[in-house]
Amino acid sequence: MPLTQRKKGAEADKAASDKAASSEEKIVQDGSEDEDRKKKESPAGKKKKKERGGEKGKWSCLDSCCWFVGCVCTVWWLLLFLYNAMPSSFPQYVTEAITGPLPDPPGVKLKKEGLTAKHPVVFVPGIVTGGLELWEGHECAEGLFRKRLWGGTFGEAYKRPLCWVEHMSLDNETGLDPPGIRLRPVTGLVAADYFMPGYFVWAVLIANLARIGYEEKTMYMAAYDWRLSFQNTEVRDQTLSRIKSHIEMMVATNGGKKAVVIPHSMGVLYFLHFMKWVEAPAPMGGGGGPDWCSKHIKAIMNIGGPFLGVPKAVSGLFSAEAKDIAVARAIAPGFLGNDIFRVQTLQRVMKMSRTWDSTMSMIPKGGETIWGGLDWSPEEGYLPSKRRQIMNDSQVSSESGTNSSSSRARVNYGRIISFGKDAAESPSPEIEMIDFRDAVKGRNLANTTCRDVWTEYHDMGIEGIRAVAEHRVYTAETVLDLLQFVAPKMMARGSAHFSYGIADDLDDPKYEHYKYWSNPLETKLPSASDIEIFSMYGVGIPTERSYIYKMSPSAECFIPFQIDTSFEGEDEDSCLKDGVYTVEGDETVPVLSAGFMCAKGWRGKTRFNPSGIRTYVREYDHAPPANLLEGRGTQSGSHVDVMGNFALIEDIIRVAAGATGEDLGGDQVYSDIFKWSEKINLAL
Amino acid sequence: MGSVLRLRKLCYVEPVKFQSFESIKNAGKQQQQQQQQQRQEERTVSEVENAVQKNGRDDDEDTKKKEEGKKKMKEWRCIDSCCWVIGCLCTVWWLLVFLYYSLPAALPGFQPPESPGARLGREGVRALHPVVLVPGISTGGLELWEGKPCTEGLFRKRLWGGSFTEILKRPLCWLEHLSLDNETGLDPPGIRVRAVPGLVAADYFAPGYFVWAVLIQNLAKIGYEEKNMHMAAYDWRLSFQNTETRDQALSRLKSTIELMYLTNGRKKVVVVPHSMGVLYFLHFLKWVELPPPMGGGGGPGWCATHIKAIMNIGPPFLGVPKAVSNILSSEAKDVAVIRSMDPGVLDSEILGLQTLEHAMRVARTWDSIISLVPKGGETIWGDLDWSPEEGHGCSLAKRRTLQSSGNNKNSNHTNGKRTFSAMKDLAKYGRIISFGKEASYIPSSQLPSVDLKELLLGKPSTISNSTCQEVWTEYNELSRESIRDVADNKVYTSQTLLDLLRFVAPKMMKRAEAHFSHGIADDLNDPKYNHYKYWSNPLEMRLPGAPDMEIYCLYGVGIPTERSYVYKMSPTGKCKSIPFRIDSMAEGYEDSCLKGGVYFVDGDESVPVLSSGFMCARGWRGKTRFNPSGATTYVREYQHRPPASLLDGRGSASGAHVDIMGNVAFIEDVLRVAAGATGEEIGGDRIYSDIMRMSERINIQL
Repeated sequence: MPLTQRKKGAEADKAASDKAASSEEKIVQDGSEDEDRKKKESPAGKKKKKERGGEKGKWSCLDSCCWFVGCVCTVWWLLLFLYNAMPSSFPQYVTEAITGPLPDPPGVKLKKEGLTAKHPVVFVPGIVTGGLELWEGHECAEGLFRKRLWGGTFGEAYKRPLCWVEHMSLDNETGLDPPGIRLRPVTGLVAADYFMPGYFVWAVLIANLARIGYEEKTMYMAAYDWRLSFQNTEVRDQTLSRIKSHIEMMVATNGGKKAVVIPHSMGVLYFLHFMKWVEAPAPMGGGGGPDWCSKHIKAIMNIGGPFLGVPKAVSGLFSAEAKDIAVARAIAPGFLGNDIFRVQTLQRVMKMSRTWDSTMSMIPKGGETIWGGLDWSPEEGYLPSKRRQIMNDSQVSSESGTNSSSSRARVNYGRIISFGKDAAESPSPEIEMIDFRDAVKGRNLANTTCRDVWTEYHDMGIEGIRAVAEHRVYTAETVLDLLQFVAPKMMARGSAHFSYGIADDLDDPKYEHYKYWSNPLETKLPSASDIEIFSMYGVGIPTERSYIYKMSPSAECFIPFQIDTSFEGEDEDSCLKDGVYTVEGDETVPVLSAGFMCAKGWRGKTRFNPSGIRTYVREYDHAPPANLLEGRGTQSGSHVDVMGNFALIEDIIRVAAGATGEDLGGDQVYSDIFKWSEKINLAL
Repeated sequence: MGSVLRLRKLCYVEPVKFQSFESIKNAGKQQQQQQQQQRQEERTVSEVENAVQKNGRDDDEDTKKKEEGKKKMKEWRCIDSCCWVIGCLCTVWWLLVFLYYSLPAALPGFQPPESPGARLGREGVRALHPVVLVPGISTGGLELWEGKPCTEGLFRKRLWGGSFTEILKRPLCWLEHLSLDNETGLDPPGIRVRAVPGLVAADYFAPGYFVWAVLIQNLAKIGYEEKNMHMAAYDWRLSFQNTETRDQALSRLKSTIELMYLTNGRKKVVVVPHSMGVLYFLHFLKWVELPPPMGGGGGPGWCATHIKAIMNIGPPFLGVPKAVSNILSSEAKDVAVIRSMDPGVLDSEILGLQTLEHAMRVARTWDSIISLVPKGGETIWGDLDWSPEEGHGCSLAKRRTLQSSGNNKNSNHTNGKRTFSAMKDLAKYGRIISFGKEASYIPSSQLPSVDLKELLLGKPSTISNSTCQEVWTEYNELSRESIRDVADNKVYTSQTLLDLLRFVAPKMMKRAEAHFSHGIADDLNDPKYNHYKYWSNPLEMRLPGAPDMEIYCLYGVGIPTERSYVYKMSPTGKCKSIPFRIDSMAEGYEDSCLKGGVYFVDGDESVPVLSSGFMCARGWRGKTRFNPSGATTYVREYQHRPPASLLDGRGSASGAHVDIMGNVAFIEDVLRVAAGATGEEIGGDRIYSDIMRMSERINIQL
């Protein structure tokens, strides 16, 4: 009789332990879940204990769970303790042991040379790199007051994705705040020193400038809300006025020394806009008078400036597929791609980013004159392998390079978007282009399920979509019509703030409107002959230039076009990869866009540069980081990482300490920018 | 036989279980032992049966393993149970954290009171005037821009404010970087510590300890944001004029105010200074209108054009007695928040020995503290026998609060009067420092008549005290005799106090007195008052000509506040280089204001009512010589009530010096004024203390 009882007990025991055993594995995998499970488990454990009565020292499953957790925690703490107890210079010793002594950071090196802070410095951050914080929100954003929604850890994007998207979006009609939501740029150097913890943007440059004596009073981060169109930053936040006042103040308090302005990425266009704004009379402008710039600015050191736009912006607007408009996707490639917004991630992203007017400032400007027509482009004949080989100084391979170039068909970079590979490659007379502009935009069949994901594609209807695809090929000029067609509301908003043409007559009074101010081909530089303009950018990285599209399988709620990633070039050397033709650039901005204005458009006295402001092209050849300890590299040339490039930092510090462009050594060119610029037929 | 069969069944069942069990860990050994025995028995019984034999073999292996396991288990017992305990704790901790996070933000039963910002927002109060916040001493963050090798990796990290982890990690390095140069009062060579700019400078002093955050949040509710709200952060260690010399902080403030005025549709600015920021802003008012190079060149009328109201919070217009004890023996209970927050930090021995000495050495390089030394001398603070607060009963203040909440006001009043008159030993607050309890209350005729001037002019002879040299406080240079002479004088009023400070800390006073003055002006037209050292003393400067400008004095009352001290000489230790100590043994009677060697009056825990209220209540009221254009002044007092419950945090009706920034009534006042209301509209004066009566007693020419 006692034995039967025991057996029952043992069976119950077994069941519990099996359950526990299976659950334990999961616990090991996911420590955070085990509380719940523990709760479920604990009754079983208690039962067990009761049944066993006085049996002591027996290790139940619960105990071993605890034991295991305890071990893990202890080890973790131990490691943490060791890590904290480690002297802070330890990683440096390791690096030095492996690679030999590190070069001094440029700030230290130049300090030894005796350079000290002289001119006040203004940073103008680019798109997406500046933080945005919440000042007023809906109920779902409770407790996030003055917390960063953009930048920082992006914790909220994961926790409440829909709420996050709602707060990041702007109003679809006005391009300003939606009612009840106020999201504002973070101010001060913290706005863009680090984009996320550990991912520097301006921090390295700031630290090096501080070495030669810069501090908050001589450095200023001109943070602005990068989602708004440039003029709207003034309308809503008076950002341009603040920048003006701050520069004036810095110049006044630093003994009349003019400011060195360092814009990055879209900040370059923003600052172009600022220079026109500040001299234009109020109310549209800042009323600084015609000599404001010459009084307050010593040099403008544009880093990776997309003067003439970036093709990426097109694919970003068209199908939200730009590989990375800026850093966000480079950091976490999976971030926007995975399904954090449940389904329809891309659509939601598109919906959000289409409310941001600023992305339209980067649509390619200058049309076919700059970016090439159906059969012509300034970069034609570019071979990614050729330059690399020249850099390697190997004669043998350079011969083979010429061989292969003759054998290959030229790439038609001018066709920024083409549907199908044959459309991208065949000569233009063979392409049958059907005009899409008159196509009827039939209402789509009742698409109620997708209503909350607003992209204007739902208004297009099947007809319109097919018409777009049948046009086959789009150049920089027709791309604008395309965007006009697929996203009329957005473009209506955008074209009130930006323009993409080339001015015939710059004296036309219409160019006094602010929509032309950020387009270097439709503005004159201010008359300030002793300003210096630098164009500094990385080269040596393949950069998106034109795309091959296809129609996506017609699912409900889907973006009807996507990049056809199945297309690859024939051989290793090809510029075609995953449906994207690449040219030389800094991963985001093609050389043409970053360098043309300084290499040709503004060089000498031209109609865009009537006072003959001196320009310099400074290229930085990309070299990947030598080892893991080097982080993102001290010789990187990619769009954001170039801000940690020692050569670039050294140039900036020298100029900030008083050097001129000639002192730096004038132009420093690795790419074919001068050759390409020559090919562009633009009246100067 | 039946039992044998049953056993056999058991054996068929058990091994399966054992294997699964065992592969994970060695457990349940006793049970297994039992079963082992059973199995051994069983083997003898049914050796013939193949199946059973097979099982038995399995079991044999099992036993071996089990025995090994047993040994191991015994060896590991202690560590195992350690791990077990830690594991349990961790799990429970995680569980709690998880529950905490999964809780809804607002508990169903507990409705947090609506914030004043939200309420006013619903009433239709909207952001109108730009707001400038001026933080006080020690609440603003300081960050490192250049340092010695010991600060490796701290570039642009906060040395002051935030979590203060660096004090614990490298205390001496930290002290070295926070000190200023002893001669110039500016940066020591090779060190640059700068004020954190922006709203983050002083929204939270330490994580969770708000300073401006609550006010900012409420302002945001009615539509304020960074473009119409500015934190005028400055390096609070420097003298006010030096913030301009080194950082151009005043120029920046001027430029920002002008910018905000222009970009907000020419709406004048509401300035909200707190604590020492009040004096800083007084300095700014004078600086901005005077011509360069000494001033900002804004021209007369700058203030009238740009400033709507100055809402001074807890203003130490006439200084605070605390500053004296801090300089003399670095014992002020809290010059600002730091000591009230973690009283242990400065007292514990984290800096090796000599914590107080180190703290004193650092604090004495900070010129700004001198701006808080009581101003106006005996006229304001009282002399040996007289003080404006005399008759203040400490229990009285408390009792009145209790009674005012009740209905029977009249009877209480008489009651109060009775205790009043019954009190025999009126505290002689005028004697800010007295040596020995007796000296603090005996009639002045009995005090020894040492000629102070002569004593203090005598050259102190230096003692070389080589062992203690690294802790530099000027006390090392004082001889034993002169220290005794100081103590023999028994009593110091606010006038003689300055001589005392000059005597014990000549270098510091020399440096600081070039920047601050503590007297009362006889003739404000004297051109010498154009010097910047007078600008932060309301008794030696005129308010700018801005008749429309409103000046508010907003402060908490109902908390005992340090007013005068009973000192003693400290036992002569070897390196005890601070020769004076507050005599914390000196206690008064139950009703008395003397506690722990300190006499208390009404105030907000840091600033006595007299200092914060006098200028608004009398000195500037109407057209006086200090306020020639007749700017309107308002006194708004907030009666202190301790937080009702733990959930209340630091209290929504607190009157304490810093916590008042979370006071709902106070926030509402600021919001209404920022939204355009005038002082009359928010109710004019609002007074709980005796400030009017005290002010009347002060005999000052207006």
